[in-house]
Amino acid sequence: MAYLGSFIVGGILCAIAQILIDKTKLTPARILVLYVVVGTVLGALGLYDIIERVGHAGATVPLMGFGNTLAKGVMKAVNEKGFIGIFTGGITAAAGGITASILFGFLVALIFTPKDKY
Amino acid sequence: MTNKEYIDYVNKKTPNSKILKNTVLAFIIGGLICCVGQAFSDFYRIMFNLSAEDAKTAVPITMVFLGALFTGLNLYNKLARYAGAGTIVPITGFANSIVSPAMEFKREGLVLGLGAKMFTVAGPVLVYGITASVIVGLIYYFIGGMM
Repeated sequence: MAYLGSFIVGGILCAIAQILIDKTKLTPARILVLYVVVGTVLGALGLYDIIERVGHAGATVPLMGFGNTLAKGVMKAVNEKGFIGIFTGGITAAAGGITASILFGFLVALIFTPKDKY
Repeated sequence: MTNKEYIDYVNKKTPNSKILKNTVLAFIIGGLICCVGQAFSDFYRIMFNLSAEDAKTAVPITMVFLGALFTGLNLYNKLARYAGAGTIVPITGFANSIVSPAMEFKREGLVLGLGAKMFTVAGPVLVYGITASVIVGLIYYFIGGMM
């Protein structure tokens, strides 16, 4: 069931982005920014939990899940640490993904060279 | 139907069927990438006894690694030609958006070429994502207590 949910919810999130790209000419960069911000808002409102309960990895793998992680992290840190948590919570929760992106991105770009251009 | 009407009809229909095809491809490939994430989540929890919380960190790290590696091997870009948003929206696409310009601009130097261009897309994502999280934190700090 987790796989069906992942496929459908992940698929729908990608399909919405594809329609936005085709219909509104939004660039992929704007789509990613939009998805992170929407994910943060939905996470803050507790609505992303519902999507995640149905979608499992279909909700956490798309970049919207990254926004949800930021929102969840900041709220948790505010509960635990108060005001300073506003500054530390988001990045702390997302640290694994951010560090991995920078590290692996750096290493791969260092090792490989671009092949064909199209 | 006259020739002109027919051409108008074709013009009206063609983009829509293309959008439908793009959307279906994005749905299927994006959905499958998420299923790969789910498989890793199950794998980590069963084989390494990771908690659900830790698996939620381990899966994005894995997916980012794979997205970066397949971009380096020039396979991700090939898939993206068909999948469109199906390869952009998953976190593998975030990794792709880091590696692609970094590789491209490597010849302009390791600092201002590779190092700086990594963040062409990832930078804005972090700027808006982190700013949004701070706004959420502020609202939650001042209003959350009352709820």
